[in-house]
Amino acid sequence: MEPSRDWTIPGLTIGFAIVAVSGAVFLPDWLLNQMVISFSRALAVVGLMVLWRTGLVSFGHALYFGLGAYTVALLGKEFGVSDVLITLPAAALASAAVGVGLGFIIRKYREIFFAMLSLAFSMVLYGIVVKTEALGSTDGFSVLSPTLLGMSSDDAGVTLVSLFLGLCLVGWAVAVLVHRYLKSVLGSLTTAIRDNEIRVEYLGYSVAEAIHGKYVMSAALAGLGGGFLAISLGQVDPDSMINWTVSGELVFVTILSGPGSVAAPFIGSLIFELIRTYAFEWLPYAWQLIVGATLLIIIFFLPDGVWSLITRLAAGRGDKR
Amino acid sequence: METAITILIDGLVFSSYLFLVSVGLTIIFGVMKILNVAHGSLYAWGAYTSAYLIGLWSDAGLGDGGTFLMIAVAAIVVGVILGLILERGLIQFMYARDEVITVLATFATFLILEDVILLVFGVNPYFAYQPMAYLDSVEIGGIQRDVYSLTLIAVAVVVGVSLWLGLTKTKWGKLLTAVIYDRELSIAMGINVTRVFIVTFVLGAVLGALGGAYVAPTVSVAPGFGVEVIVLSFAVVVIGGMGSIPGAIIGALTVGIARAIAVHQLPEVELFVVYGVMALVLVFRPEGLFAPAKARKI
Repeated sequence: MEPSRDWTIPGLTIGFAIVAVSGAVFLPDWLLNQMVISFSRALAVVGLMVLWRTGLVSFGHALYFGLGAYTVALLGKEFGVSDVLITLPAAALASAAVGVGLGFIIRKYREIFFAMLSLAFSMVLYGIVVKTEALGSTDGFSVLSPTLLGMSSDDAGVTLVSLFLGLCLVGWAVAVLVHRYLKSVLGSLTTAIRDNEIRVEYLGYSVAEAIHGKYVMSAALAGLGGGFLAISLGQVDPDSMINWTVSGELVFVTILSGPGSVAAPFIGSLIFELIRTYAFEWLPYAWQLIVGATLLIIIFFLPDGVWSLITRLAAGRGDKR
Repeated sequence: METAITILIDGLVFSSYLFLVSVGLTIIFGVMKILNVAHGSLYAWGAYTSAYLIGLWSDAGLGDGGTFLMIAVAAIVVGVILGLILERGLIQFMYARDEVITVLATFATFLILEDVILLVFGVNPYFAYQPMAYLDSVEIGGIQRDVYSLTLIAVAVVVGVSLWLGLTKTKWGKLLTAVIYDRELSIAMGINVTRVFIVTFVLGAVLGALGGAYVAPTVSVAPGFGVEVIVLSFAVVVIGGMGSIPGAIIGALTVGIARAIAVHQLPEVELFVVYGVMALVLVFRPEGLFAPAKARKI
């Protein structure tokens, strides 16, 4: 079969440009808020998607998500640093550094053991934060409002739009880079490892090192996403950043999005956020019910996530032509 | 010395609690290879139902001694009904799927059941103090303790011993062991694996509900009741080795005593200790301390 041309990168560029422009020009603030939150989560989900393609599911990425969020918050609280060009890279770096360390241990594990060990690590951090008064314990603490190269705005609307545009830019860059990575030799080891580790070893690649690399990458992305979320919420607390339910949500969005494309997490994440918000607004006592039912429907009827709907639609159109 | 006794008793009470809530999880995992996140919901359902029934019983003026009967009734009713619904309605379709996907499906179920609880029982907390008041308290090591919490130890011992006897001495236990070791061969030998699975899941569900039902009188049963229990029981099961009942006992004792020491000596690390132990055990013995040996298949 002749490989069809890869439209992902032009598609991503056009897609993100349209979203960014419409966001800046006419989308209402509440929707922008939702998009900021969901794109922050999507950054983490991109990393989880790479792991999932490798056959690994982490039930503990809230560890890195929370680490990123608390890095941003602490930089503001302890050192008064609020410039996003410092805080966000610091969030990603802090998570990546911890990922490098824990990666040496976790890269030996597969399947349910990988999931459980990552859960254990994340709960250790949760336990520390909940019991540490200096880190705000269960209440958390607030995050300084963001600045960019010393610029800041008192107008909440302007801040929101700038944050949104920045997130679009970062999201686009992450999606393009991860896509190119997945197309590279190292990146194509993802599915190969899932299918047959021994053959990958015979080809001369170290499975452990490949997994380690992907793990660190996903950690850094989760840290970046957590950092963005901390800035957009203006507040960090352990239950909405580090608890295992956060990891559950991230895995949920990964499954909802599907492994098909790097664009999928952004769409899936937005769908998740909208479902949650509307469910919460209409049926405040039944929003988890709706979220859970959605997850079950995805697992049973759309095992490849919402992205498979899009490709199916596209394929259907192609047939008619 | 008095502190040591206090720590020991606190640890034993907490270990018994942990054993009760996690033994159902480990049985289900051992036989069916399913990590059931919805176990937390069974626990919460058991607690709510028991608190509700205790309230009814006590309002009817039937004497607080009978509230213990209500605890058992709640555990069995919730476990059997919800267990059957879950196994027949969801889990049976997951056997062919990936373990991790099954975990997610039970996570979804957990979310759904959490809200069904709110819809059925409302958002206000339930208090079912009657059984505790009935048993009064005693002084041990200079500290007043309610007898009810101490009976938890007895309940855990009874459950543990009867499970052990059931598994090793009865025909059903032998069938179960056969299925744990080799599902396919068991089918070939004519064991009705579907039925074994249903019974196992319902048994696990009843045990989960019993954990909640028995704990209900000691706490206020409020929304979000099942969330913490899930990871706690995961920790216990993982430490002991998934699928092993002696493992669940060792896991519960390790976590229970470790936490009791932390609570009394260094309260800042209370939660850290539980998951720290879990991470440590996983790092050095990924299968857990007492994981049943895997049969080699060629």
